Amino acid sequence: MFVPYLKKPLVLIGGGLALGWLLVAIFAPLIAPYDPLQTLQPLAKPMVAGAKGELFLFGTDMLGRDIFSRLVWGARTVVIYSTLATLTAYAFGLLFGLIAGYAGGRTDAVLSFLANVVLSFPVLVLYIVIIVVIGASPVNIVIAVTFSSAPAIYRIVRGITIDVASRDFVKAAVTQGESTLRILFVDILPNTTGPLAVDFCLRLGYTAITIGTLGFLGLGLPPPTPDWGGMVNEGRAMAIAFPHLVIFPCIAISSLTLGLSLLADGLREVNDAKERHA
Amino acid sequence: MFLGMFLLRKVAIALATMLAVSFLIFLALEVNVEDVAVKVLGQYSTVEQRAAWLAQNGYNDPFLLRYVRWLGQFVAGDWGMSTFFRAPVVDMVLPRLAASAILAGGALLVIVIFGLGLGVLAGMRPGSLLDRMISVFSVVTTSIPDFASAVFLSGIFVFWLGLLPGASTMISGLSLAELVLPVSVLGLYSMGYLARVTRASMVDVMGTHYIRTARLKGASMGRIVLRHALRNALITPVTVIMLQLPWLLSGVIVIEVFYAYKGFGTLLYDAALNQDIYLIEACAMISVLVVVLSQILSDLLYGWLNPRITLGARA
Repeated sequence: MFVPYLKKPLVLIGGGLALGWLLVAIFAPLIAPYDPLQTLQPLAKPMVAGAKGELFLFGTDMLGRDIFSRLVWGARTVVIYSTLATLTAYAFGLLFGLIAGYAGGRTDAVLSFLANVVLSFPVLVLYIVIIVVIGASPVNIVIAVTFSSAPAIYRIVRGITIDVASRDFVKAAVTQGESTLRILFVDILPNTTGPLAVDFCLRLGYTAITIGTLGFLGLGLPPPTPDWGGMVNEGRAMAIAFPHLVIFPCIAISSLTLGLSLLADGLREVNDAKERHA
Repeated sequence: MFLGMFLLRKVAIALATMLAVSFLIFLALEVNVEDVAVKVLGQYSTVEQRAAWLAQNGYNDPFLLRYVRWLGQFVAGDWGMSTFFRAPVVDMVLPRLAASAILAGGALLVIVIFGLGLGVLAGMRPGSLLDRMISVFSVVTTSIPDFASAVFLSGIFVFWLGLLPGASTMISGLSLAELVLPVSVLGLYSMGYLARVTRASMVDVMGTHYIRTARLKGASMGRIVLRHALRNALITPVTVIMLQLPWLLSGVIVIEVFYAYKGFGTLLYDAALNQDIYLIEACAMISVLVVVLSQILSDLLYGWLNPRITLGARA
């Protein structure tokens, strides 16, 4: 079942990058040489030995914290919050999408109008308004991402549901007297996984970008949490003299988001090929 | 005839959306009057001061009444006073919007030229080396967060080569050199998507019978693409350009902050950092208005470019 996916270089490269960061996030305590919050020596340059002979691979920031260790722990931050936020967005998007697509009529009209209202905000404007109202905390960032991503997921799920619900096996299930819940979650939901897997990878990447961007704007996770976007924000003022403050976090986040979109691209190509054969 | 009905319908939907959006914004920011008082008078105001201010400004009225009054004032152009800048919001937003329009306009130009160009080149011969290269390029540029591409491009062109200024404050008037980097970063981020849409559309058209006929007739590749394929292949991409505007607006905020460009984005950003509530309301309303208008424009453009569809059917 997974063999066609593994033959695609896009899937391998993208999946490798994403999996690599996942492993870094899981084994952060083993990989990071120093405590990400500990002050060691301010503004050491990369690869230069410190006063006590320590090696700072990517240098240290202005508070003397080891940038490599902060990047490694930052992977954990971004993996945890991106995944959590994307999953909650999916929970709401799936639920309402299935309901609207299956029920149709007025329910669909109202839900779709609400989704359009939320989607007519430029994403970042919506985040800023939400963060201003409820403040910047890890939970609130998950809420903000959920609120703004769920309508887009809703649209995709609704479209697929309308399509699947008109097929014979769903009609057969209705005739058999299956409960609506069972039809939604057992008959219809499994048919949405192909397109949704692609969207999930892409959205995971968007969410990582969003969390990074909020961090860059100083509206993200509160310090001293190691957060890639926040590191760029903190280092920005001194980037002329100490480019290592911003370059490494930017490389980290770019490699993760690039990996996820390559993975999504590869999955889509394989799915399209499958459909052509089917 | 059809067009009038279609436009009326679209405008009605847009108005309903704006109404819902305005209600959401007002609900989010002003449902809690105590919060409003703290944001306007500051954290160190006394309870008595806040109560007096709330009473004086009609905040003791019921929520719906306050909303209707606020909406009426907003439509009439009274957007309140900025608590941080101590100036009428309306006088601050419009010039900043114009400044951002310059930035976004430049970015759109880059997006249109390179996005359409690369897409057409890639879609002419699907599967070719050029096609693969352009595909990889567009995936890479759209996947990298815009603040990271800003860091990378500034690293190369400002610090390493020393060719361009690293900030775009425009202190001594409009400077083209200062526009190059922000416009490029914004363009780079969005052009990949357009290139992909254009490529897909171009591939579709190149596979149609009338193109095959042209080819069998012995027409040159250049003639086939320019005279026959482009007109049909560009219908979808041109519509997509307008739909890029909301993304562009988000990007504008990040890029303006990065390059210290005094536009709409930095205004909203400053408003957010300073909890400048009336300024945030106005900025949010204006940015949604821009999006909604661009959607109407996109629909109209699609109908105008593609006479085969009837406008009513697509709504």
